[in-house]
Amino acid sequence: MVEVINVPHTVSGARLKSRRALQADVILRWSLRVTALSMLAVLGYFFVRLAITAEPALSHFGILGFIFTNNWDVAHNIFGAWPLVVGTLITSIVALVLGVPVAIAAALYVTEFAPSRLRSTLALLLDLLAAVPSVVYGLWGVFILIPDLKPAEQWFSNTFSFLPFVGGQVSGPNYFIAGLILAIMIIPIVSAVSREVLATVPLQEKEGALALGATRWEMIRLAVLPRSRAGITSAAMLGLGRAIGETIAVTLVIGSSPVIGHQIFNQGYTLAAVIANEFGEATPGSLHISALIAAGLVLLVLTLVVNGIARGIIIRSDRRRGSIADKAVA
Amino acid sequence: MSTSKTKSHQTSKASGKGFGVKVRALHAFYDDNEAVKGVDVDFPANKITAIIGPSGCGKSTLVRCINRMHEEVPGASAKGQVLLDDLDIYSLGIDPVAVRRTVGMVFQKPNPFPTMSIIDNVTAGPRLAGVKRDELHERAERALCDAGLWNEVKDRLNKNAGGLSGGQQQRLCIARMIALEPEVLLMDEPCSALDPHSTLRIEELIVKLKSRFTVVLVTHNLSQATRIADYTAFMLDGELVEAGPTKRIFATPKNIRTKEYVTGKFG
Repeated sequence: MVEVINVPHTVSGARLKSRRALQADVILRWSLRVTALSMLAVLGYFFVRLAITAEPALSHFGILGFIFTNNWDVAHNIFGAWPLVVGTLITSIVALVLGVPVAIAAALYVTEFAPSRLRSTLALLLDLLAAVPSVVYGLWGVFILIPDLKPAEQWFSNTFSFLPFVGGQVSGPNYFIAGLILAIMIIPIVSAVSREVLATVPLQEKEGALALGATRWEMIRLAVLPRSRAGITSAAMLGLGRAIGETIAVTLVIGSSPVIGHQIFNQGYTLAAVIANEFGEATPGSLHISALIAAGLVLLVLTLVVNGIARGIIIRSDRRRGSIADKAVA
Repeated sequence: MSTSKTKSHQTSKASGKGFGVKVRALHAFYDDNEAVKGVDVDFPANKITAIIGPSGCGKSTLVRCINRMHEEVPGASAKGQVLLDDLDIYSLGIDPVAVRRTVGMVFQKPNPFPTMSIIDNVTAGPRLAGVKRDELHERAERALCDAGLWNEVKDRLNKNAGGLSGGQQQRLCIARMIALEPEVLLMDEPCSALDPHSTLRIEELIVKLKSRFTVVLVTHNLSQATRIADYTAFMLDGELVEAGPTKRIFATPKNIRTKEYVTGKFG
């Protein structure tokens, strides 16, 4: 005997159209929509204002002229950003070359080798590196790295002077030191993303490799790295994006010389550092201010391009095989 | 615990084909949890021995001890003896990597390397073992033929292994394993992720392979054990309850728990 409890014989229309719930949804949807769109609007406004302020410099030198002229001379009001673009690229590439292998090695150690009790602690410590303010890295570079590394740099410069971009007198602040500091600064993010990617490699594929008589390293080469390649590449790109935009630490150790150094141990300048250094001194409304803003625009576009490449790599590899490994960073 | 030893393991070396495996007083642990509680069992050479039992009875753990994969799980450990042709693979100075080349393993879910081509999957093991480059292709072709996959893949050897069907992938995994020319094949529920047709093909393949290898087959599927296994071992709760010729285990089990399990009273 089934007893039916408390079910009305007829369902009134009011019951099905609960007005309050409906209204709450509408309010939520609109407030979220406004929030999301206002963010886009701020970005757009920001971009437009930058472009307007940069316009005098860009029209004076031409967009290509501004980017590719190798002459940044504040005293004579000549603003060609090429030395800054080159400095940004050199320091970022040095950061990638030094930082990414270390970051991947750290991620591999944490995911594949470290005793399970140590794993979370190690991961936490690595992440903490990211919490150090960049000005602290900069000061550490100025007071410790620059004096301590100079003899080693000079030795390297003398010994390997046959290599391109190496040789001659080493200056204290230089591209290499800036790249080294940047490398340390990008390690946490690159390592954290790589760790996520490595952790998504299915256990059964790793066991498959081990069961074929692979050592740990061979297992990593056979089963782990091929599956994580796209994810690690985009992790490196994220790091590159950070390195390109990093300002204060680089400003402290780059040497602030708007002339392209001929070797890696020469002084230089970067887009971000030039803005940080010169903005306060520039006369409001001058061509100088306009040129600095234009440098900011170039920096913004450079960062967007790098991020776009990273996305492209992820999307392409996703299309090739519906892999979950890369979505961790998408 | 009553352990009836299988009778005909005197063939193990004389045939010169596969090695017999003897497990003696084997205990396996995950941290403090004992998953295999002192098992003695023989896997005769060139026979198929099925291990049956309900989920969590320790049958997978037992086979993972035979190629020392068990210790790859963090916190896992094992003690006791696993004699491979009378050599204890747990004795000092034995390299687990070398053990795994001699004792191959096929897993529950097909696990080819998804980024590699079919041919690269099959040659992965031999390449690790240092087989010469010019022998690789021949080895791969032989292994694929043995696994009954050659005709289906010979025109697309350089295509990605991920494009194969589940049954083909599992046969690829078997080919990948026998390309290493091991002595013992461990199969941990190799058909549980496959459709009935693919299951049948794998079963035929396993029967064909026993002339050259010693096969240990973990299975959930009792009728699979009756179809292809020469011997059957029944495990329950980490212990070996009974082992013997498959016909006898299913027709006249000595132990009441075996009888209840094979007649479907539990599990």
